[in-house]
Amino acid sequence: MLASVATFGLEGVDAREVTVEVDVRRGLPAFTIVGLPDVAVRESRERVRAALLNSSLDFPLSRLTANLAPAWVRKAGASFDLALAICVLAASGQVPPERLEATAVCGELSLGGAVRSVRGALAVALAARDAGYARLIVPVENAPEAALASGLEVLGLSSIERIVDVLHERRAAEPAHAREPVKALPGAPDLADVRGQPDAKRALEIAAAGAHNLLMVGPPGAGKTMIARRIPGILPPPSFDEALEITRIRSVAGLGGGLAIERPFRAPHHTISAQGLVGGGARPRPGEITLAHRGVLFLDELAEFSRAALEALRQPLEDGFAAITRGQRSLVFPARTMLLAACNPCPCGGATDGCECAATERARYHRRLSGPLLDRIDLVCQVSPPPAVDLVGNESFGESSTSVRERVITARERQLHRLEGSPARCNGGMDGRTTRRHALLRGAAVQRLVEVVDRGALTGRGHDRVLRLARTIADLAGREAIVTDDVDEALGYRLGSLGEAAA
Amino acid sequence: MTEACDTCLRRGYLIGRLAAPIARLLDRPGRRAPGLLALGDDPLVSAVAGENAGEVRAFIEAFDPDGAREHLESLSLGAVCRHAAGYPAPLLALGDPPSALFLAGGASPLARLTAEPAVALVGTRNPSPYGLEMAYELGRGLGAAGVTVVSGLALGIDAAAHRGCVDAGGTAVAVLAGGPDVPYPRTNRRLYGRIRASGAVVSELPPGQRAYRWAFPARNRIMAGLAAVTVVVEAADPSGSLITSVFAADLGRTVAAVPGRVTSRFSAGSNRLLKDGALMVTSARDLLDELFGPGLDARGAGRGDDAGLGAGPGPTLDPLEQGALDALEAGLGIDGVCAHAGLPAREARALLARLESSGHLRRDGLGGYRRTAAIR
Repeated sequence: MLASVATFGLEGVDAREVTVEVDVRRGLPAFTIVGLPDVAVRESRERVRAALLNSSLDFPLSRLTANLAPAWVRKAGASFDLALAICVLAASGQVPPERLEATAVCGELSLGGAVRSVRGALAVALAARDAGYARLIVPVENAPEAALASGLEVLGLSSIERIVDVLHERRAAEPAHAREPVKALPGAPDLADVRGQPDAKRALEIAAAGAHNLLMVGPPGAGKTMIARRIPGILPPPSFDEALEITRIRSVAGLGGGLAIERPFRAPHHTISAQGLVGGGARPRPGEITLAHRGVLFLDELAEFSRAALEALRQPLEDGFAAITRGQRSLVFPARTMLLAACNPCPCGGATDGCECAATERARYHRRLSGPLLDRIDLVCQVSPPPAVDLVGNESFGESSTSVRERVITARERQLHRLEGSPARCNGGMDGRTTRRHALLRGAAVQRLVEVVDRGALTGRGHDRVLRLARTIADLAGREAIVTDDVDEALGYRLGSLGEAAA
Repeated sequence: MTEACDTCLRRGYLIGRLAAPIARLLDRPGRRAPGLLALGDDPLVSAVAGENAGEVRAFIEAFDPDGAREHLESLSLGAVCRHAAGYPAPLLALGDPPSALFLAGGASPLARLTAEPAVALVGTRNPSPYGLEMAYELGRGLGAAGVTVVSGLALGIDAAAHRGCVDAGGTAVAVLAGGPDVPYPRTNRRLYGRIRASGAVVSELPPGQRAYRWAFPARNRIMAGLAAVTVVVEAADPSGSLITSVFAADLGRTVAAVPGRVTSRFSAGSNRLLKDGALMVTSARDLLDELFGPGLDARGAGRGDDAGLGAGPGPTLDPLEQGALDALEAGLGIDGVCAHAGLPAREARALLARLESSGHLRRDGLGGYRRTAAIR
């Protein structure tokens, strides 16, 4: 007898449909799996056999052949266990095959017959819905997450026995509901905790308002990391679709949790490899930049990252996705993220009373930083340790993240409205042409910029960056026209020239 | 623009022909031969050419001065010999003045040195930010006051001094250790182009010649010879730039130095010069006072002391701007500017950008603001 069951395998952050077919035939008892299974999949024969026998079900003493289609795609992991077991049951007449028609299953089995949780349940649920399945059976732990996919009945079941009962309709199963998203954690870092540092806070607000990449420069201990950690709190909360994207990636990476209500903040250590940063591996896994999708990637000690790692970041930052090619397969990971970086002003750490680094040492340090990555940075701010008065004082100086976030949201709405019909969704994403169309200067403001370009203090690319920034600054002020003050402020945040001698 | 007699021109090319043999002889640690270039053609050949002497003598015999002049012309280069009117007279004070100077750029910057004093700014190739800043500001101040700045186009102090001078629209003279058409080091080739366009690049060696090690001290003697004052901006101890100051002292010219931090390894050499009685220089003004008399300019007229010494933004600072500058100078950073001027951050950044435009501030590598030295 022959039976087939639909399941899904993870590929990058997406799920690919896999059809499991089992053929039961008379002959010497054997169980063969074909269709490019890896070791974990081949081992699932043992799990399936034991799980069925320990659940007072029959494991047919016949010749079993299982095929995982499409046969040319490599299958990895234990998430095919459940589909194999149910398919064996259907092929041996222990469950009615017609009940499996609009149903997909996904889960790992224990030897005792319990269903264990898997990674990427949300990706599986979304793929199952899009492939037209009406019902998805998943491990009970994954059910609330899978239920985030609307338009699909998700059943979270804890053992193979229960699944058989449900398929026989001997027992009713309640469809799972998405868990209510947790409200913001009370301990989330707030901008109000940062004393002093008005300049860095302003830079952070501008960066958040236009999704501009930001570089903070300052000596160790000045508070760069502390400030950086507060950026998710002033970014607009993710929309439902964005939250689904974030959650799906988290789930695939095995980070779990319910629907994401905050944007991710990833701060990889500077020893990370290029692969760890943009994704990869024999079985490609998402890198930090993908885990930071729709959120913030924070690179502390930027100059300490390997050249290869920084170089690898360029394409994803430019395109909003990371393309990984390994062997014959090529995968695309989403990577729409805001880059936040921090570094010391010079190799000695930037002692406040005159640095003692030789010109060659500084030049070497700057060379490490400059190049592809700095081209993507719109905004540079200097962070110095706050004076003792600010640290010791009792009053809290800062505005709370909530009120800054309101301004950011208003500014983003203006941008969304203006950029309708263009590929960019915020000022930071505008290319050269879009920038020049939407960041029109008039009168004195033009004059101001012409002066600076004439002095040779601004290159063509730098010019676009200043325009983008001035656009965001005007948006924050609720102005459609960009005035001279906006241009001046944008000029103040631009990057000085690197690579040549300081003079 | 070639103004060189046949004999001197031949001597110039002879040194080019002998550059490699001399290098075989001298380019080892500890080897020096101070009087070598003072030798006449024949003794020089005998001293360095060894078994190739015959070949070199044949080269001298076959030398074609008109062909050489045409060749220079075709490269848009020139030459002046010590018998020509365009040869800078101060150089003749050397015991072994170069017979011919090969030249890229204008001939007049060189000719002017006969009547007008020049200042040589020299220093380490690996300076501190402070040294770079001082070199740039001295170069700029001198350039703006119309004083020719002589240096060696090396990395670090030399380049910063040249750059300051050219930025101020002044006349820069670069003395190279290789041919005048070979920008060395390559890093400074853009600067080389700017100097060639507005000033002059000179060398004792003929076109196309690479720079050998022995040629650097020889070049230093030319810098010291051209200038009335040699300023060591920043030098460790020992340092190649101190050699230039020794040449200057031997010529009886003024040796000056910029004071550095006592604890800094970068300033040991220049501070030692000061201890030995060198003129202390803290701004271009000190050099103008030394050259022309206190408070006077190149024409002997009184100079309004702040005019012309820098980008000269004029005394139009309002209290807010002054406060911002003071806060930055006190090392309080941009947050300090906000606090002291009572400004919100967004206005502080705009204010600083305006002050940068007016020349009161400049950017440091990673974008921090620094006060410019000249306008104090």
